[in-house]
Amino acid sequence: MKLHEFQAKELFAKYAIPIQKGTVIERLEQLDGLTLTYPLVLKAQVLVGGRGKAGGIKVAKSLSEAKQHARAILGMDIKGEKVKRLLVAEAAEIGAEYYLAFVVDRVARRLVAIASAAGGIDIEDVARQTPGKIARVAIDPFLGFQPFHGRVLGRNIRLSGTLLNDFVKISTTLYRLCVTEDAELAEINPLAVVGDRLLAVDAKVIIDDNAVFRHPDLPRNEELTELEHMARASGLSYVELDGDIAIIGNGAGLVMATLDIVAHFGGRPANFLDVGGGATEENMRRAVDIVARKSGVRALFVNIFGGITRCDDIARGITSSPPPMQMVVRLTGTNEDEGRRILKAAGIHVYVDPEEAAQQVVSLVRGRSM
Amino acid sequence: MSVLINRTTRVLVQGITGYQGEFHTARMLEFGTQVVAGVTPGKGGQKAHRVPVFETVEEAVHETGATAACIFVPARGAKDAALEAISAGLDPVVIITEGVPVHDSLQVMEHARRSGVRVVGPNCPGVTSPGQCKIGIMPNHLFKPGPVGVVSRSGTLTYEIVAGLSGKGIGQSTAIGLGGDPVVGVSFTDALKMFHDDPETTAVVLIGEIGGSAEEDAARFLEDHRSKPVIGYIAGQTAPPGKRMGHAGAVISGGEGTAAAKVEALRRAGARVATLPGEVAGFVREVLR
Repeated sequence: MKLHEFQAKELFAKYAIPIQKGTVIERLEQLDGLTLTYPLVLKAQVLVGGRGKAGGIKVAKSLSEAKQHARAILGMDIKGEKVKRLLVAEAAEIGAEYYLAFVVDRVARRLVAIASAAGGIDIEDVARQTPGKIARVAIDPFLGFQPFHGRVLGRNIRLSGTLLNDFVKISTTLYRLCVTEDAELAEINPLAVVGDRLLAVDAKVIIDDNAVFRHPDLPRNEELTELEHMARASGLSYVELDGDIAIIGNGAGLVMATLDIVAHFGGRPANFLDVGGGATEENMRRAVDIVARKSGVRALFVNIFGGITRCDDIARGITSSPPPMQMVVRLTGTNEDEGRRILKAAGIHVYVDPEEAAQQVVSLVRGRSM
Repeated sequence: MSVLINRTTRVLVQGITGYQGEFHTARMLEFGTQVVAGVTPGKGGQKAHRVPVFETVEEAVHETGATAACIFVPARGAKDAALEAISAGLDPVVIITEGVPVHDSLQVMEHARRSGVRVVGPNCPGVTSPGQCKIGIMPNHLFKPGPVGVVSRSGTLTYEIVAGLSGKGIGQSTAIGLGGDPVVGVSFTDALKMFHDDPETTAVVLIGEIGGSAEEDAARFLEDHRSKPVIGYIAGQTAPPGKRMGHAGAVISGGEGTAAAKVEALRRAGARVATLPGEVAGFVREVLR
């Protein structure tokens, strides 16, 4: 789960990582009576990248200028995301810009500290164009990231003196935050020189979804749509897509493959929905309910390979509250005879071959659009 | 022959008295697996399907000579269970549990590396060697002994493809479910190495998906070791970037982990990559001729 910049900075404040003085506003009037010193920087709080280029970051020298910018930015659409909040902070006179992050490296199977003297820009661009400007330390989880690691990393990006001391303090603290808060990414870009000290000007934190149970106070996940929230609450894995054929299957790999098969035959999936291994009748009923709620869905494709999941449970889940749309079902595996009998009694034909079933659902949708 | 497990493997099930643990222990016994011990703290002295239950892995190993572990312990306790199994020297340690926090997995993998233990998973369906041993939750009836090694990041998609193979009369030496998390133990490359060293395995099916670069790493290994034919399939060809497709590890981020890049890498390394999962069994039959 990706945190907003202001939420990440609340964590920074809790761990005493230096940030600019600031506050979050949702309405224009909240700019009145702020105890911050102008000039202020106003930053759109969105989860997508590229907000600066989209005009979502502005500096204001006065209250009237701040209001003018806030009026423009609040409600603005940045890559499909509506701006609901602004982070308002005292503008800093920025010198050199560095990069610092802790991120899970899937190949090394380690948390890795990454630093660069080329901060303020996209680190992936730096990695592609000038890989020599990036310093890395792979961290042994039982040893942790010690101050000496911070010194080595800091020297590798040519820091010295007070700045090196600041870097060691900030990096060891950010490591502690990363582990304690179960972050899969904790990034400061830029980590900027202001006066003669280092300051976290931006903040990005992604919390591991699997560790949410250890952090009951986390804010609501704003990356998810309403239907994605609803699915998650029911223990289903759902991703909204932009087509018109709803997809339900069991197992993430099988559902991904189902999307591919449907697309291969010219169809456009409306969603990804994994009812999970060992899906019950109730799971299936909820799954059908969720995919049917999305507007623009014109047909449903159910692709189940029964292993632990029983085909008769799936069939009962479908027939107990049939979706208000055309449906194609592919069902095979454990208890498939019983599942087929239940669906046949309800007038639903059952396919065994997923490709044949996919072609059928695509032709249903196409037929209607002609 | 087989890799990772065989008919001499003696399995210890951690979390054997839970719903999943008990259900799948019964299925493993039906398959012919020697499940010799269970561990559930607080339930030592009980039995589950006539398998004795112990308080600790150490006691269980001492009493029963268990050699491998299968973990069904819920996510909050999975790290502790895995560290305990690794510390007792069990190998492989197969973690079925879904939803293990990634920082927990990092500790498990480091302890395993230092101890020379192979971990499979977490968030995986396990390992099956038809006619010999099954650790995990793959459905028994799909498998058939034979010459094809299967390695995959997903569960049901593996069953689908294995059923396709068995349906054409093609059996499997071992099927390994690596797990759907970003950080897992045994990798595609590790599995390919094992299959290449196994004289009974004559072809390998590799089922990948979007996210990470494990398939690309496997392709690099293949470029240097083309002794056995590899048939591939990559799920998620139409998945949008930035979205986690069910598995915690199935996400295209920063342009890395696309299906197209994986397909391309595998093809360049000489693997034949199917566009649809239904094509895999046919391709395997061709290379076995």
